[in-house]
Amino acid sequence: MINFFRKKPVSHPKYWEEYVQSFEQKLPTELHEIRFVVLDTETTGFDYIHDRILSIGALTLQNQSILVSEGLELYLEQEHYNTDSIKIHGILKSENIYRISEEEAMQQLLGYLGNAVIIAHHAVFDMNMINKALERMGLPKLKNLVMDTSNLYKSTLLTSNLIKKKEHYSLDELAEKFDISRKDRHTAMGDAYITAIAFLKIKSRLKEKGVLRLKDLLKIG
Amino acid sequence: MKNTISHRVADFLKSYPPFNLLGKSDLLALSEQIIIIYKDKDSPVFLENDKPHPHFYVVNKGAIALRVSSEKSMVDLCDEGDIFGLRPLMASENYKMEARAKEESIIYAIPIDIFKPYALQNHKVGDYLIASFASNTRNPYSESHRGRLYEELLDPVAPHTPLMDLQTVTYSKKLISCREDTPVNEVAEKMTKNKVGAMVVLKNKLPIGIITDRDLRNNIVTGKYPITVEASKIMVSPVTTFTKHLTITQAQMAMMKDNISHLCITKDGTPNTKAVGILSKHDIMVAMGNNPVVLIKAIKRAKKIKSIKRLRKSIDHLLSGYLEQNIPMTLTSKIITELNDVCIKQVIKLSLKEMPSKPPVKFTWLSLGSQGRSEQLLQTDQDNALVFENVPEEDLQETTDYFLKLAKIINKGLFDIGYDYCPAEMMASNPNWCHSLDEWKAKVTQWITNPGSDEVLLSSIFFDYNVTYGNKALADELSEHIFEITQKYPLFYLHLASGALQNPSPTGFFRQVLLEADGEHKDTFDLKRRALMPLTDAARVLILSHSVKNVNNTFERFDKLAQLEPNNKETFLACSHATKALLKFRTKQGLMHNDSGRYIAIEQLNKEERIKLKRTFKTIRDIQELISVRFKVSNLMR
Repeated sequence: MINFFRKKPVSHPKYWEEYVQSFEQKLPTELHEIRFVVLDTETTGFDYIHDRILSIGALTLQNQSILVSEGLELYLEQEHYNTDSIKIHGILKSENIYRISEEEAMQQLLGYLGNAVIIAHHAVFDMNMINKALERMGLPKLKNLVMDTSNLYKSTLLTSNLIKKKEHYSLDELAEKFDISRKDRHTAMGDAYITAIAFLKIKSRLKEKGVLRLKDLLKIG
Repeated sequence: MKNTISHRVADFLKSYPPFNLLGKSDLLALSEQIIIIYKDKDSPVFLENDKPHPHFYVVNKGAIALRVSSEKSMVDLCDEGDIFGLRPLMASENYKMEARAKEESIIYAIPIDIFKPYALQNHKVGDYLIASFASNTRNPYSESHRGRLYEELLDPVAPHTPLMDLQTVTYSKKLISCREDTPVNEVAEKMTKNKVGAMVVLKNKLPIGIITDRDLRNNIVTGKYPITVEASKIMVSPVTTFTKHLTITQAQMAMMKDNISHLCITKDGTPNTKAVGILSKHDIMVAMGNNPVVLIKAIKRAKKIKSIKRLRKSIDHLLSGYLEQNIPMTLTSKIITELNDVCIKQVIKLSLKEMPSKPPVKFTWLSLGSQGRSEQLLQTDQDNALVFENVPEEDLQETTDYFLKLAKIINKGLFDIGYDYCPAEMMASNPNWCHSLDEWKAKVTQWITNPGSDEVLLSSIFFDYNVTYGNKALADELSEHIFEITQKYPLFYLHLASGALQNPSPTGFFRQVLLEADGEHKDTFDLKRRALMPLTDAARVLILSHSVKNVNNTFERFDKLAQLEPNNKETFLACSHATKALLKFRTKQGLMHNDSGRYIAIEQLNKEERIKLKRTFKTIRDIQELISVRFKVSNLMR
């Protein structure tokens, strides 16, 4: 009875412990030294409880550069399928791609992320999907700092009574505005790439407005 | 393992040499090792005398300028698909020039260690590289130089004049031809249809003669032959032929020697092989890029947005030449505005072709702001609007949708040739700036009768419109309407006038020049807001109060005002002069720093320039005083 209220210290798998340990190292102060991971997920739908992640695309952005060889592209085995969303991402259950289990995918993702700053378009959604997957495995939520390109973009727009800012800006709108080819749109990696280029262009515009530090960027996005 | 990004990279590279010579799997393997780098405008990729990087570069988006520090001008400009920084890696020596992003760019860094084996194994790639190193061209506008390798050592002789001898010509690859028995009237029709001045006469694909405008004039119009005569009767034969590797000087010499205006390009340079193209005097003049008439012709012929973009760059070239030679600002701005106008017109023409159907009713494309005032010398943001003819109520939605779709294509086209999107969304693709004539009338009436600060701001941008394309009568009707309403609501002038006085003053209490206090442009002088805008705004309200139509340009407006009000002639002429001086200032600064020229570092100006600048400030104070007295702008309003 004594230990009834106190949580038993849960022992987490080794890969989680390593992930947590990576945060002991402080983030560099210079923006160009910080490792950003730009990611996107394709899911069976928009329901956090029932829907599942089908694929994750992530790439590393450091010093304004992307190493093509260092991308992470995962396809997940899932039981739940939603015929409506297949129209968008085109991932079929029977399609012949190498797939891994959700657990394996999360393990790889955590290893890839480390203490990087995450960038995603409408990041709340991707973060929730990933956190739900972690929860199913009995793990806590992600610890990374997160920035949303939709919010960052909004802050580059002029503040004027003459323009009505929208609540949300889609990735398509950003791609059009910044002249980024929409090739591979609606694949996780393709969207992650568009998000990465959009982030770089937004960052450059914010720099003109005097937003220079990570702290300032985090405040906006 | 699937890698979407490397496919994307490979997909881009495969259209450009030497990567198009690689096999598919090799290209994919190479693409996996590439680094994608984003460069801010003006940031360097490498500097002169830097140790060679482990990579060479390909431009994916944007433009990279190559410069040698001993020279002021740019050596070369690399855009999409161009390779740079390879030669020093092959030769293991330091960089001989610096590479810097001329605009925001994305470049691919390709590791030399991985690329080198391909260059050695695949002899086609090797041959290509050797050929490119040997025949490097310096003409940044020539089509034929795409995908070449820059990083050659400059010829030490006369570094500022382009060496025509080294430049290969760009000829027209679209060969317009006829047979020897084609009647001459058909020849003439075909020439008119294709907008060319010469046609090659082919027999079994071999060129046997050439017919130019001159031959038609000399032989047909004079009555020497009937218009149905066979082509062979009037053609000039034999044809002067060359290979495509002909240089500009060679071409000029050949044309002068035989007093001809066209050369035929054949496969091996003799008349005994297939004709592949034609080269005219006009092509040579474009290559030399120093004649506005030639440029206009070339722009009007452009079939792709991309070719207009390249021609736009020659306009900047021309502009800097004019400024250097001190050509009067009135003339310079006229010519450059005309050229810009032609570019926009051509973009609209090309965009119209992309639409599935013809416009349902007449429409007018209005340029607003500085472009509308013909003061846009450097490319800045695009501000535009669209007016279309009134349609029955039930068709309005459909018609609006059509024009919005068209405007979207046009705005994108203008963006592609270098006009940034307007940050305030004042573009015809915005539903607020694309209306029927009646809707516009209602809208401006609303602005004029309820002048809040937003309305005054909108009017001040919109009222400087200028017809760039389409039906002029629509714009005239709108102007009439504006004058009519403003006459009825004189209060509007007061608001416009007080708006004109709201710009921050150029000088402080002690007559010192006021600099920006913070932001990216800290400690610079905001030439646009503090000096040019007060003049522009003043000219607008004064000319509007005189109901003068179709004079949009600020200095022309002041000249006109000087005529209308002889007692204030001196003030107005001073304003006209000041506007010109400031515009010139701004353009020079803009060209020097590759920006809009809006912010000026005062301490970098020499004494004479500072005095010139300060002199305009007195004029600004005079005109502001005149306005505040005339329109009785009380201090309360301000």
